[in-house]
Amino acid sequence: MERLERRLGLLSALPIGILLLLSFVMPLLLVAGFAVMPQKVFELAHLPDFSSFAVIWEQGYYKSLLRSLGLAFLTTVILFLVSWPLAYGMAKVFGRFTLVITILVVLILFVSENIRLFGWSLSLMKGGLLEGYLRAWFGFSFETPLYDWPVIVFGMCYVYFPFMLFPLAQGISLVPDDARLAASDLGASPARILFEIEMPLAAPGIMVGCLLTFVLSAGAVAEAKLLGGRSVIVLTDDVESAFTFGQNWPLGSALSLTLIVIVALLALVPISRIDLDAIMGRKR
Amino acid sequence: MAAKPFVQIENVTKRFGRFTALDRINLDISEGEFLTIVGPSGSGKSTLIRLLVGIDDVTEGTISLNGTRIDTMPANKRPTCMVFQSLALFPHMTVGQNIEFPLKLRGVAPADRRTRAIELLALLRLPESYYGKRISQCSGGERQRVALARALAFDPQIIVFDEPLSALDYRLRKTLEKELKDLHARTGKTFVYITHSLEEAMVMSDRIAIMRSGRFEQIATAEEIYSRPISRFVASFMGEVNLFPVTGRADGTPDWPAGAIGARPGALAVAPGWTGVLMVRPELVRFLDAGQAADFTLSGTLTAEYALGSRIQYSVDTAAGLVTVERPFETRLTAPVGTPVTLGWDRAAVHLIAEAADGTA
Repeated sequence: MERLERRLGLLSALPIGILLLLSFVMPLLLVAGFAVMPQKVFELAHLPDFSSFAVIWEQGYYKSLLRSLGLAFLTTVILFLVSWPLAYGMAKVFGRFTLVITILVVLILFVSENIRLFGWSLSLMKGGLLEGYLRAWFGFSFETPLYDWPVIVFGMCYVYFPFMLFPLAQGISLVPDDARLAASDLGASPARILFEIEMPLAAPGIMVGCLLTFVLSAGAVAEAKLLGGRSVIVLTDDVESAFTFGQNWPLGSALSLTLIVIVALLALVPISRIDLDAIMGRKR
Repeated sequence: MAAKPFVQIENVTKRFGRFTALDRINLDISEGEFLTIVGPSGSGKSTLIRLLVGIDDVTEGTISLNGTRIDTMPANKRPTCMVFQSLALFPHMTVGQNIEFPLKLRGVAPADRRTRAIELLALLRLPESYYGKRISQCSGGERQRVALARALAFDPQIIVFDEPLSALDYRLRKTLEKELKDLHARTGKTFVYITHSLEEAMVMSDRIAIMRSGRFEQIATAEEIYSRPISRFVASFMGEVNLFPVTGRADGTPDWPAGAIGARPGALAVAPGWTGVLMVRPELVRFLDAGQAADFTLSGTLTAEYALGSRIQYSVDTAAGLVTVERPFETRLTAPVGTPVTLGWDRAAVHLIAEAADGTA
């Protein structure tokens, strides 16, 4: 019986397994393969060569890597702070109204990210929707916030908001009401309850939300391009140029691989510590 | 007893929207008392203790502790502590951290916290090795003890219990009931306990308050509630009792609307027009042999026999309805089911409950 269940399990996992192998593992291996190819050679038969990684350091590409990670970190922190109250409300306070918020947030996802970002770009540009109308109606003008890093962070917060909100709400819903009441009864102030009861018990949701937003923001392309207008060079820009204008595939691959490894390391630590079953509601 | 009660609940009303959960409740609790509030679901007992510890706010009325009003204080400032039905232990903390939580909030040094936690573990008969255990590694009874230890660590003036034993199996519940009573004696704290089981209340309490639809029906010692319930509700709440409706005839003799019961002349005087029920406990009803007499007699047919372990219970179908008789198992009848029997009991076994004509107390 148990063997049958195991066989069925393996069989059920087979389709997605093959898909992941082809669409996830293969490209990764390809990237890894290209990353250790000597530069400007493009031949498959060669010994591993790490000169591309040296270039990352020598030509200052690590700066855009740090910039990407920094912006992603900032986005994650801001999103966490902004989403927590709403997520809390959705999990504990709003009741049926939660569904309305969920639908509204999900609805946004139906419009392509690029179109939404273009919308912001058109709204915020000099002579655009906002500034243009303000100038025409009130004679009030302001410099466009576009083409600088804060607007990139804003764009990423805007785009990745649902990826923080829903895991957080799920995490907070894992906090038993009684635990909160008991803590208060035992003398805990609301701040102590937040830090010592609610946040630790919602930790799986917090981790999933933060990881999703961090990983997505670190690899984001469109925000920097459409809102930042290439005035801020993030790592993904470098990767793209290396593969296109630069025709330096080894460099592009090495940059990608570096980002992948750093993000994977950052992600593995929390993932190994959280209980995904708890998030999915199979326990407690 | 001192003039000023320890806890004074005065005219407390709690409304949820248009629903009145508590209706002008008055209750005094003395220091060191073990008071149990008993009532069916929805009687308002949980609401009352939630008001006491500050989880909910009173709509009207006041709650005072040692002469100081506490109903306006937030929950985290009140010297009360509740043991939740769910126990509400913190699953992300160890047993030790759970117990130390209230001490940590007060800024007690880690070494002192640990000492106190280990003292409390010992008081609750948990080995010291449990200090570092996860809550998920503890059994139901152990969790119960951890929750108690945590409440004691808080050192509240009153500990309130919200049916903490209801989820446990029968044997464990019986053990913990006794432990709780013992703990009450050793700590000298004021315990307010709620349950829907009068049996549980009887084991532990100094006083029992019976609640019904947001009001107290009767507040008395276990002995008094057992032998002199104030209403049919209280009487029936405590398990199987025999209740016979009685009214007073013009000449002061009893009349039995539900079916005649033989009463020795002069055994029961009832004022003319009086309405109520006559209560007699199953263990006080006897089977009469031919020639034996009793103040009250009733004949019928033995219809069923139930063994209850140390006792045995009989159902007898009579003109006044089904009557329950209970006696020690050793005195089991030899007569089979279907045998005609005569039941009898004495005036001393009888308790009269007055009722309004419509059946309410």
